[in-house]
Amino acid sequence: MRVADKTIVSQSQEGVRVKKKIKGFLTNNMVTIMFLILGLLGFLIAGMSPFLFLMDIVTRVSRNSFLVLSLIIPVMAGMGLNFSIVLGAMAGQALLIFVTHWGITGLPGILLCMILVTPLSIFLGYLTGKLFNKAKGQEMIAGLILAFFAQGVYELIFLQLIGGVIPMDNRVLIMSSGVGVRTTVDLSFGLKYGLDWPGLTLGMPTLLRPTLPWVLSFFGVAGTGLLIFLYFSKKMVLSRLKLIAGIAALAAVLVFSINEMIVGSQVNLIRVPLLTWIVIAGLCFFIYFFSQTKLGQDMRSVGQDRHVAAVAGIQVDRVRIIAIMMSMVMASWGHIIFLQNMGAFSTYGSHEQIGLYSVAALLIGGATVTRATIGQALLGVFLFHTLFIVSPSAGRQLFGDAQVGEYFRVFVAYGVIGVTLAMHAWKKLLEASSRLEN
Amino acid sequence: MKKFITDSFSSFGLARVIILGFFVFLCVMAVVLRLNISELLTSSLVRIGMWGVLVLAMLPAIVSGIGPNFGVSLGIVCGLVGGLTALEMAFRISHVTEFSGGVLFFIAILISLPFALLTGVSYGWLLNRVKGSEMMIATYVGFSIVSIMKIAWLFLPYASPEMAWPIGRGVRVQISLANRGVTRVLNNFLSFNIGDIVVPTGLFIFFALCCLLMWIFLRSRTGVAMYAAGDNPRFSEAAGINVNRSRIIGTTISTVLGAIGILVYAQSYGFLQLYEGPMFMPFVAVAAILIGGASVRKATITHVIIGTALFLGIQVVAIPVANAFTSDWSSMGEISRKIIQNGVILYALTQAGGD
Amino acid sequence: MSEKNLLEMKGIGKTYFGTQVLKDINLGVKPGEIHGIVGENGAGKSTLMNILFGMSVIHSTGGYDGEILIDGQNVEIFSPLEAMELGIGMVHQEFMLLPSYTITENIKLNREELKPNVFSRLFGQNIKSLDFSSMNAQARRALDKLSISIEEYVTVAGLPVGYMQFTEIAREIDKSNLKLIVFDEPTAVLAESEASSLLEAMKSIAQQGIAILFITHRLDEVVEICHNITVLRDGQHVATKGRKATDVYELAELMVGRKVEKMTRQKKQVKKKESLLQIENLIVHMPGEEVKGVDLEVFQGEILGIGGLAGQGKVGIANGVMGLYPSKGKVLIGGELLKLNNPRVSMSKKLAYVSEDRRGVGLLMDSSLEMNIVINAIQNQNRFILKFGPFSLLNSRSIREHALKMIKELDIRCTGPAQVVKHLSGGNQQKVCIARALTMNPGILFVSEPTRGIDVGAKRLVLETLVQLNEEMGMTIIMTSSELGELRSITDRIAIVTGGKIAGILKPDDSDVDFGLLMSGQKSRKGA
Repeated sequence: MRVADKTIVSQSQEGVRVKKKIKGFLTNNMVTIMFLILGLLGFLIAGMSPFLFLMDIVTRVSRNSFLVLSLIIPVMAGMGLNFSIVLGAMAGQALLIFVTHWGITGLPGILLCMILVTPLSIFLGYLTGKLFNKAKGQEMIAGLILAFFAQGVYELIFLQLIGGVIPMDNRVLIMSSGVGVRTTVDLSFGLKYGLDWPGLTLGMPTLLRPTLPWVLSFFGVAGTGLLIFLYFSKKMVLSRLKLIAGIAALAAVLVFSINEMIVGSQVNLIRVPLLTWIVIAGLCFFIYFFSQTKLGQDMRSVGQDRHVAAVAGIQVDRVRIIAIMMSMVMASWGHIIFLQNMGAFSTYGSHEQIGLYSVAALLIGGATVTRATIGQALLGVFLFHTLFIVSPSAGRQLFGDAQVGEYFRVFVAYGVIGVTLAMHAWKKLLEASSRLEN
Repeated sequence: MKKFITDSFSSFGLARVIILGFFVFLCVMAVVLRLNISELLTSSLVRIGMWGVLVLAMLPAIVSGIGPNFGVSLGIVCGLVGGLTALEMAFRISHVTEFSGGVLFFIAILISLPFALLTGVSYGWLLNRVKGSEMMIATYVGFSIVSIMKIAWLFLPYASPEMAWPIGRGVRVQISLANRGVTRVLNNFLSFNIGDIVVPTGLFIFFALCCLLMWIFLRSRTGVAMYAAGDNPRFSEAAGINVNRSRIIGTTISTVLGAIGILVYAQSYGFLQLYEGPMFMPFVAVAAILIGGASVRKATITHVIIGTALFLGIQVVAIPVANAFTSDWSSMGEISRKIIQNGVILYALTQAGGD
Repeated sequence: MSEKNLLEMKGIGKTYFGTQVLKDINLGVKPGEIHGIVGENGAGKSTLMNILFGMSVIHSTGGYDGEILIDGQNVEIFSPLEAMELGIGMVHQEFMLLPSYTITENIKLNREELKPNVFSRLFGQNIKSLDFSSMNAQARRALDKLSISIEEYVTVAGLPVGYMQFTEIAREIDKSNLKLIVFDEPTAVLAESEASSLLEAMKSIAQQGIAILFITHRLDEVVEICHNITVLRDGQHVATKGRKATDVYELAELMVGRKVEKMTRQKKQVKKKESLLQIENLIVHMPGEEVKGVDLEVFQGEILGIGGLAGQGKVGIANGVMGLYPSKGKVLIGGELLKLNNPRVSMSKKLAYVSEDRRGVGLLMDSSLEMNIVINAIQNQNRFILKFGPFSLLNSRSIREHALKMIKELDIRCTGPAQVVKHLSGGNQQKVCIARALTMNPGILFVSEPTRGIDVGAKRLVLETLVQLNEEMGMTIIMTSSELGELRSITDRIAIVTGGKIAGILKPDDSDVDFGLLMSGQKSRKGA
């Protein structure tokens, strides 16, 4: 009666199995592979300097990753792609405005923002969770519309009430009429780079200049070792395919850094905001850790089947609300990280596209409505922003018009969400009908 | 009696009570603040007429069971293509003959029809494959189509001077209809005054005609089948009705009405709006029919008419009332629209219940 | 086994909206005892279990009468969670499993073993880490108790149903305080070999001192493993028998009993038995009511009953012939082959159908009575419409006339043909369904569960209507029903369906034992 017994397969069967596996890998990761090719083509057509590209991508990955990671937990709890993170972004932005008003700058200012925004976004998350529980099965469209709704409330507060009903006296922030926050808020003399704090940035032409290649090669060697260890550890968390891919990537890093050590080049221009990266790594670790806890397990149970979870005594609605609250808090922090790097923001616009671009990035990394991992989120950010960087120049090269590239990347964001959702719904329908057939 | 009142109250819905109350409040304020009532009424009438057909486009979608058509921007895009092509045609043959604005308007509708039919059928086919998630997918199909059209507007070979930028590539963001005399061609048809109030007769005749045709259609064999398919798919299968076909018919009619609707809108507005223009129009139409009393599963022509009047009425009255209070509240009209529009959609989503 | 009773239910009764569904049930179960509960559908088995588990449906409708004692203590159970805490477990008929979890994760669902970590000191219980190694060990122990050698780290998706069932059982056994475990029709989904290993497992659980309530309709299984057997019928406690003191035949008779007297019918002069409808090897994929190869012949002018227990496939036959669920096989109407899987074709062959699912399939709840009556004729026969070339319009006058006629003929109580059907009573709704079927001028009328969910007076009216149609208009009727009593009261022949096949065809006045045996999947005495 043993089911999991390994059976001995002959050589030819092994070959067929590998072929099947590769085919399965390709079909399951079609979106990601497509964007990998698209990004590569765009890069080649754009004819960008690799170093400029690297500079740009490092900045973009470090400012967007946190936001994208904030989407993972609701997916785990079966609530789909959380378009309501826009509310978290609004909360973060609100706090940036207040802290700027109070004149607290730098890292302490950013930390204060993060601390103060937490209860606010927990509250928003609670309300959103309540709403989602009333619209089960339609969470995504509800989240999207909620974001539009909240946009109205946000404008009401910051455009019409602040300065008037809510007193705030600040010549720099408030419009000349005395009511409403100005349409752009400049953080240059305050919170800009509060977290990316230059002292902790690798690209500084000081002591740290020669260290990057060394750090990279250390990571290369250590990473390879870790991969091999994981592959041979008994839990079999790594497939051979992943092992080879991982080692290849790390080997590239190693070659690059050895080249850097010997030759040296522009690479030191690349600013790596170490503290931000540590924060992102911390979040990754937290999400991984959280998925191994009781609450995390409850979320996965609820995500798979609300009914079964309820029968087992799990408080389904409560778990769902907690998932949204966590996501909301992460999103508000994520947006603060995003804006402190941007250095200035449009008061009534910079949060609007956060949901769209974060969700699109996650999906491009290979996530679906029901499954999203940390790796997918990070890979997605990289691929999506590669496209973002290269498409205007590629558009100019191909059509003599950078506008085409800009329109194209927006279309890609909408399109990838539409296609993924449609594929998911279709699959669900097919599964239901095939269950009837059997 | 008391039960009757509470029952009808609850069936009307809390959100609608609030909105109706808000509307009444605005109207009272308008009177109290001595705003120009006839001016407000005139522009309300125009707004209702110009949005009517677009809101009506929601009806066949809801009735056939796909829910409010968040993807009506597909129809809108077809209408825009029809409008642009008609203008281009008028430009190209202007040395041979001149069309009157009215004829040009109907030519635009005729040109947009084949596009809308084709788009509607394929869109319906897609929605049949994603049953249960139509609203979300419709929204993103709409967004995608609008954003890919932005690229298309850059490349489509329209050369008429009112369309093309004098330098550079592509079509303008707003295209004026005044040169060809299409502006307000429906509004002005048979229009008359009651005191200071201008009644856009042609606009209302057109809208009424659309409603009448819809009413008749819902009483045809196909219309009954469509209603049944939307109301209870399993019943309909058993009654020999092809549910998927009915849903495709509903989607197609909705798309076609979207195309006609944007042309009606544009002739009143005086411009064809491209690029971002059609992006968020579906949400206005969805909100309007919901405010009229429809749910995501049930809707009638009455809901269309009441909803359009109420929602567009609020938009017209809100701005001057807010401005009359204090000049600082210049954005109040737009903000209240956002809150009401999305609030009522959210309300309808929570009322629909989970799966 | 002279110990005291572990569970005792005394004088249990339950009333739903004035209808008594359970009356004075007494039940005692000792530790280590396997106690069988048998009865037809609607006998009250599930209501009794709902009471035992404190389901909200019981308490939201006014609670129950009588008392429940566990270990001699009087208890009131208000939620499934409380039942669980008292040591009562349940193996559900539908699996409560999460497919992408491993067997361990399913067994320990919401009872995971936890170990503290840095964060849990700050944020409490919920943030403790899962202790997979001890979870695996405990799952292993539970599986070993059932002598199942499947690996606990295998994911559930794709396992054979037998293993899923054992996973469910292991989950119950793993609960440390488990005293009593309820098996609700556990063998219904299993193949024969799986079923016998399940019965073995049940025996070994009982030997470990856990009491078992075994709900089933398979009488041979009951006789094989139960120590005591309680028979319920129409919400009443008929008998409790020791295994040695009874046999399959007696149980069958007790289970069915005679309920309804035959309705007064004129004796038909059966002219010549003329075959009207032949069904050969019909297979219907209807979830929950699979038909697995039915052969049946229907004669002109008769009322044929189709009976059997729920889930055995009786309802699937009519649904298959009408094209509502995917089906295979041969159906001949008057010698002509019927194209399956298309409701339009079936209707064009003068078949009409009144569905068992009145609310789901039978009616357009928000539409008017008259629209409900004519819609099939509009869609399939182009009647009641005015044609203008490719366009059509409802002919409201002829619709109204026809609806009024039907209301009068079938005596539908309503405010008028424009009334919305959801405001009608159940019996009148059923008549609307019949009216729609009749509007199609059918040659053969399929009627499924015509009296389900309607009150007693209305039941009789509906049945009388059917008899009238048969006698006065000579309509051939095929009536499917779970209520044997009503089948026996109006039909000419009754086909009993078990396991998706016709187990046998009986006359209405055949003995209770024969009906009982056929329904529980035994060979009738005559056949043996």
